[in-house]
Amino acid sequence: MSSRELILGRVRAALRDRPRPGPVPREYRRTFPAADLDLLVDRLVDYRAEVHRVGEADIAATVARIVTGAVLVPEGLPAAWRPAGAVVDDRLAPDRIAAAAAVLTAAAVAVAETGTIVLDASPDQGRRIISLLPDVHVVVLRPAQVVASVSQALARLDPARPLTWISGPSATSDIELNRVEGVHGPRHLHVLLLDR
Amino acid sequence: MTTFLGMPATAPRGVGQLRGDRTFPQAAHAALGDAQLRRNLRHATATIRSRSGRVIAELPDWQQLRAAGSALKADVMARLPQLLQQLEARVSEAGGVVHWAADAHEANAIVTDLVRRTGSDRVIKVKSMATQEIGLNEALEAAGITPVETDLAELIVQLGDDRPSHILVPAIHRNRSEIRDIFRRSMPGVDPDLTDDPPVLAAAARKYLRETFLSTTVAVSGANFAVAETGTLAVVESEGNGRMCLTLPDTLITVMGLEKVVPTWADLEVFLQLLPRSSTGERMNPYTSMWTGVTPGDGPQNFHLVLLDNGRSAVLADPVGRQALHCIRCSACLNVCPVYERTGGHAYGSVYPGPIGAVLSPQLTGVADNASLPYASSLCGACFDACPVKIDIPSLLVHLRNRAPHPRAERAMMRAAAYLMDRPRAYARAQRAAKLARIAGRRGRGLPPPLSGWTAGRDLPPLPEQTFRDWWARRARAAEEA
Ligand code: SF4
Repeated sequence: MSSRELILGRVRAALRDRPRPGPVPREYRRTFPAADLDLLVDRLVDYRAEVHRVGEADIAATVARIVTGAVLVPEGLPAAWRPAGAVVDDRLAPDRIAAAAAVLTAAAVAVAETGTIVLDASPDQGRRIISLLPDVHVVVLRPAQVVASVSQALARLDPARPLTWISGPSATSDIELNRVEGVHGPRHLHVLLLDR
Repeated sequence: MTTFLGMPATAPRGVGQLRGDRTFPQAAHAALGDAQLRRNLRHATATIRSRSGRVIAELPDWQQLRAAGSALKADVMARLPQLLQQLEARVSEAGGVVHWAADAHEANAIVTDLVRRTGSDRVIKVKSMATQEIGLNEALEAAGITPVETDLAELIVQLGDDRPSHILVPAIHRNRSEIRDIFRRSMPGVDPDLTDDPPVLAAAARKYLRETFLSTTVAVSGANFAVAETGTLAVVESEGNGRMCLTLPDTLITVMGLEKVVPTWADLEVFLQLLPRSSTGERMNPYTSMWTGVTPGDGPQNFHLVLLDNGRSAVLADPVGRQALHCIRCSACLNVCPVYERTGGHAYGSVYPGPIGAVLSPQLTGVADNASLPYASSLCGACFDACPVKIDIPSLLVHLRNRAPHPRAERAMMRAAAYLMDRPRAYARAQRAAKLARIAGRRGRGLPPPLSGWTAGRDLPPLPEQTFRDWWARRARAAEEA
């Protein structure tokens, strides 16, 4: 007998008492008011991300002000957003990606209540690796992408895509529970929240 | 398909980390003498508790979320065969390969073989309870493969030649100067003038591991959730070491306990709210990675999922005990437990310490192999209140005590009692628990076995409506308010 059959057989045998649990109570909040951008900003700042509220026309200039050094961008990032001299990720090797000072991406969804930004590897966000190795991650967020809650974010996302949920910069609390930013991921997270 | 398979097998002896070499009272005795350990633990658990309380208070529907989480898990257990097969089908369709491991030996053999076939002699690891449970690192080392733990706390444990003592913060028993000493002693290429400033220590780990991340082609992870409906796996973490392992290598091997499956994509809305808030006391952990099979051009191009039994079907076979499988490994029950706070995680002898360890480990191994663990508790009930999926750990402890071999257990219980009498705060909690036990217990009169023999012939003195301590506390409060 294969282990698959063995395990499934054991699990079926273990359920010989035929448990019939009741329906799952869904009385938790499932409808939400419109996303509160100020709450999102508040949560992001609480996570020590830096938030910049800018117009779409000011993205490139803002990035140039934040970052000194090479800025990596995914192939699908709108041309108007790219700072001068941006390096496009056309399947760059990991060490080239790691050498960039910063990466600039779009996002898929953001959750106001938790201060979370989700990337789904769409062309304007790129492969997962590019938002991982550079020390600074700059994310551009449109107000329409912000939802109030985790459940609304899940409803908007496609599980077939690789998803990265980001809440603040990389952090550890392993040394006496002190929060230390940046262990392996980007040490700095900048969010460019566009005007409505 | 109606073959009778007999009693489901428990986790085998001699492999992995589910049994201690001493009983809980023996091991706890040593820990109680270590003042540094207790200071480190008290600081850490108190910090997480207060953080967690703050962010939980932000959610008006916390209790409704707990109720949903609890019911969802009961539903998963009842439908486990179908959900596992659905998960297998979805993962395979998305380009992953699913393996089934009946026990620790088989899981270790599957992973070792998969790593060998890649030709790599090193793997990078995301912190995972399942791989610790099966002793995967030891098995890989025996096969000439070097496992590198990449979570900072796991790295501290690995470099210190130590064992993890907490589900979430495995090096919780170490303070900064101890960590600095470990790094100085065991981290190749480390700056000898390293200070014990946490950012400096974190930076040293970053520097040490960067090259390893970029040059290792195989990673091993666990999983926090696996969605049957979509075949999606999820890993929650903080440091980005998880993202590194899940993104950079060519091959990813995920070892997951059977019980981690959840029915639908939308059900994650419950668990992604419950887990971070009760675990680290954050609204959301810094990073969550989700992937479904393989994505051409992005991340590992070979994905293997190992579904692990290793005693879980034995736990499932007990209609009362099976709720221990609902655990989402948040560690909230550890942080509120007065016994854990004093003894630390090593005393439990298993990778699963604290209240959940006291009920899960004996069930995975068979109660006889971990007979003192169900007594490693004051039954104060704090773990039940803290558990985001409402596992009734106190009732499970009592249930398992009934199944433990008695003479050994009786000794353990007496020692636990002596221990409690020495410690006023734990004693106060135990008194409250005694009231509860009376309500829940056998007609409110006797004690649970093994002491039921004693109470069969006589009545326990009725517990007063109000204990002296309650009365004193209330009196003091009234005086303050006046
Ligand atoms: S038993 Fe409950 S509180 Fe304890 S670790 Fe598991 S989920 Fe968390």
